[in-house]
Amino acid sequence: MTAVFPDVWPALPEIFLALSGVALLMLGVFRGDGFTRPVSYLAIVAMLLAAVLAMGYGSGRVVTFNGMFVMDAFGVFMKVLVLVAAAFSVVLSLGFNEREHMARFEFPVLMLFATLGMLMMISANDLISLYVGLETQSLALYVIAAFRRDSEKSSEAGLKYFVLGALSSGMLLYGASLVYGFAGTTSFDKVAALFAGGAHVSTGVVIGLVFVMAGLAFKVSAAPFHMWTPDVYEGAPTPVTAFFAAAPKVAAIALFTRVVIEPFGHLAGQWHQVLVATAILSMVIGSFAAIMQTNIKRLMAYSSIGHVGYALVGLTTGTQDGVRGVLIYMALYIAMNIGAFAVILSMKAKGQMLEEIKDFAGLSKTNPMLAATMAIFMFSMAGIPPMAGFFGKLYVFLAAVAAQDYTLAVVGVLTSVVGAFYYLRIIKIMYFDEPAVVVDKIGDDGMTGVLVVTSLFTLLFFVAPAPILNGAAAAAAALFAG
Amino acid sequence: MASWPILSFATFLPLVGVALILLFCRGTSPDVLRNVRFIALWTTLITFVLTLLVWVNFDPRNPGYQMVEKAAWIPDFGINYHMGVDGISVLFVVLSGFLMPLCILASWESVQVRVKEYMVAFLALETLMIGMFSALDFVLFYMFFEGVLIPMFLIIGVWGGPRRVYAAFKFFLYTLLGSVLMLLAILAMYYVAGTTDIPTITATQFPRNMQLWLWLAFFASFAVKVPMWPVHTWLPDAHVEAPTAGSVILAGVLLKMGGYGFLRFNIPMLPEATEYFAPLIYTLSVVAVIYTSLVALAQEDMKKLIAYSSVAHMGFVTIGMFALNQQGIEGSVFQMLSHGVVSAALFLCVGVVYDRLHTREIARYGGLVKNMPKYAVVFLFMTMASVGLPGTAGFVGEFLVLLGVFRDNTWVAALAATGMVLGAAYALWLYRRVVYGKLTKPDVKAMFDMTPREIAVFLPLIAVVLWMGVYPTSFLNVTSASVEQLIQTYQTKLAASHAASGVSVAAR
Repeated sequence: MTAVFPDVWPALPEIFLALSGVALLMLGVFRGDGFTRPVSYLAIVAMLLAAVLAMGYGSGRVVTFNGMFVMDAFGVFMKVLVLVAAAFSVVLSLGFNEREHMARFEFPVLMLFATLGMLMMISANDLISLYVGLETQSLALYVIAAFRRDSEKSSEAGLKYFVLGALSSGMLLYGASLVYGFAGTTSFDKVAALFAGGAHVSTGVVIGLVFVMAGLAFKVSAAPFHMWTPDVYEGAPTPVTAFFAAAPKVAAIALFTRVVIEPFGHLAGQWHQVLVATAILSMVIGSFAAIMQTNIKRLMAYSSIGHVGYALVGLTTGTQDGVRGVLIYMALYIAMNIGAFAVILSMKAKGQMLEEIKDFAGLSKTNPMLAATMAIFMFSMAGIPPMAGFFGKLYVFLAAVAAQDYTLAVVGVLTSVVGAFYYLRIIKIMYFDEPAVVVDKIGDDGMTGVLVVTSLFTLLFFVAPAPILNGAAAAAAALFAG
Repeated sequence: MASWPILSFATFLPLVGVALILLFCRGTSPDVLRNVRFIALWTTLITFVLTLLVWVNFDPRNPGYQMVEKAAWIPDFGINYHMGVDGISVLFVVLSGFLMPLCILASWESVQVRVKEYMVAFLALETLMIGMFSALDFVLFYMFFEGVLIPMFLIIGVWGGPRRVYAAFKFFLYTLLGSVLMLLAILAMYYVAGTTDIPTITATQFPRNMQLWLWLAFFASFAVKVPMWPVHTWLPDAHVEAPTAGSVILAGVLLKMGGYGFLRFNIPMLPEATEYFAPLIYTLSVVAVIYTSLVALAQEDMKKLIAYSSVAHMGFVTIGMFALNQQGIEGSVFQMLSHGVVSAALFLCVGVVYDRLHTREIARYGGLVKNMPKYAVVFLFMTMASVGLPGTAGFVGEFLVLLGVFRDNTWVAALAATGMVLGAAYALWLYRRVVYGKLTKPDVKAMFDMTPREIAVFLPLIAVVLWMGVYPTSFLNVTSASVEQLIQTYQTKLAASHAASGVSVAAR
């Protein structure tokens, strides 16, 4: 076997990010915690540069590293989303970590490495590289979940996340081994070719696929594998929660999409009902369980479960329209989610972070701008036009209707009405109730910037939706062309 | 035909007012609030002038869409920014423009908290309403249709009465539940027709089975909005808790969205299902007319009484519409317009006394004719218009509706006509209890008559009610060509599908 040096260009963003991570780590080690801010800034720059590199890739499908790694328009779209989401999350963490005395240089570096893992997940073209990417991401995430190590809750969150994450990785790995055992290959391309050729689909492969999907459902926090989400979201430091709810979710959804569409696209009949059940359960649990929550971070956790349910509605169809819907949904989801967490991170009174929903009471009087932005995000998450969230729902339901999955579509819109109730409840508390506490002015320019960008995006997306919609359409087309 | 995008100007001008208020009015000093009110008033007045220009530019002989604007919006999915009005929608645009300045004037003194946000909400509402009546693309329409919920939710919830939270949630969730089902129907139509363009979809023939489901989905949305019995229960709550101007817009324009939706979508797009479900509409509407009139008789709260009367009057609208003949549909459009003006005026009448005594309980009033003669005259006039006295707007609409439905189904006509009697009963009894009787209560004695500002609010309303009653032709002229075309579309498509399915077409 001759060793051929692989084509590294498609992996340029990953390589750049890995080198930056190592460099920043050394910088941090040599200069100490006092250097956290510059390291964070550099991490943001690195992420944005990686996004630029990803965008510069162009189009066309290239497989490299012996078929382990694939880059296509789908990868470009998802990578840019992940990188932008991660960069925003670092911005959010900056001020918070300093105010809460947990500013250490490892934080941005860990986020950088987690992001690297996510990029690899998006480009995985083999069950092995899938697992490597997933674990690169997860290990970094376990650590930052427990980053506030002197806090019982944060440590608990980290531990819980680690134990359950390991379990899900185990399931995924078990499923991968079954697939390998019955299909004889771990390569996505070869698996796809095998079933495209009409090979007999053995029960073993199906069981393996279901295990893989269970592991992936855990990572996207879809019901019934969602139990860890509320606890981890509540316990982890808020910027970490914001990060969890955005970038890793996008990456995991991307991975999920690629796995069911590319290698197992011809097995749609097998995985369809699994996904239908997952999507319906997620939407129902995400909307009903959120009603009773009193902690805003737990509420956001259930909300994210619901949103994953809606995204999965698109994936369930297994069509190009459906994948397009998923991509649009995720792009809009991260904007409103990061924005909502930016609001939560701005809620501080008498030196204490506010995490109870009732603390939002009368916010429209004490801080009208903050309340208005939160209202935009809540209406958007409820899917009320003209906010961006409406378009996300529009396209996934369009796909479901086109695929004649009416049950899914009807359950989807009905749960979105239930979901609207708890989003409206927050608006009600902010606008209709009398103020309980006066929120401090935080004076964090980065946070303000994130709030302005995300709220304007969410509010005015309808003015020029074409770029994102077309980008998503092209990305979805790339996945089906391959 | 105007060469400049007059509909877009009329639609988005209120947003300019919003921008002005947000950018230039800071603080809560009386001067700033005065500026806010004046900006809102002038914006709405100019918008009203623009909507009048739309009417002036409108050619009543042309049944198609006019002043059409079309621009690519989401080109890859065939979704366009497509605006235009026909004879059915043009007067609703004018109605929205007409009522809005009156709402601002009516809230001049009664709204003292968060004035800025209040005006912003109303201006945003105006954009959404005018946009909704002029949208010719489904996605655009849906955005405006649903977007209305946001400002209305805030208006009820922030400036409403004691049970405002309950009312706001009920309003929002009821309407949302109906609307999301309509969204699915829209998506299904998009899937079949490959476009969201309303004129194109109107020309598309949908399979019968599909029509039935689509019809029910649209019905879910519009029946809640109209509102039809038995999904009307959100309306009394919303009306009672909303501030006066909120009730005015709710009764004046938002309810018409449901009726407009039936006319624009259910009847021309889904003719077979319309034929199939017309008895259902008749039944529900007749129940609404009689039952809610009886319920109105039993009310102790002025606003609740008028709210129930709205449900009854809107019952006439849906009856006339599904008679599916020229008189019936024209009558129902006219009835919507007249109800838009009359019920708005009645809510303003309640607002006048509410501003003074801060109660809507009928029993707390009595004998107002002695110390508020001007008010008594205005209120009497509007009560008569609501009852349907010939010479007022209410008469023409109800007469045409009954005429139309009589041609289709005499029983329905007879039952609906009882609603007119009951309507006279509750309206006159309300008037008797509030305005006549002995002036004994000291706080009622202390009430002063209408101020010039309040008179300025009512004068245009009285003028329009008289105009509509005495010379309805100027309104019916506008609608007749489009209604004719609507009926033609309905019957051609129906005949085509009957022929296709081999069923002989019985002449209606």
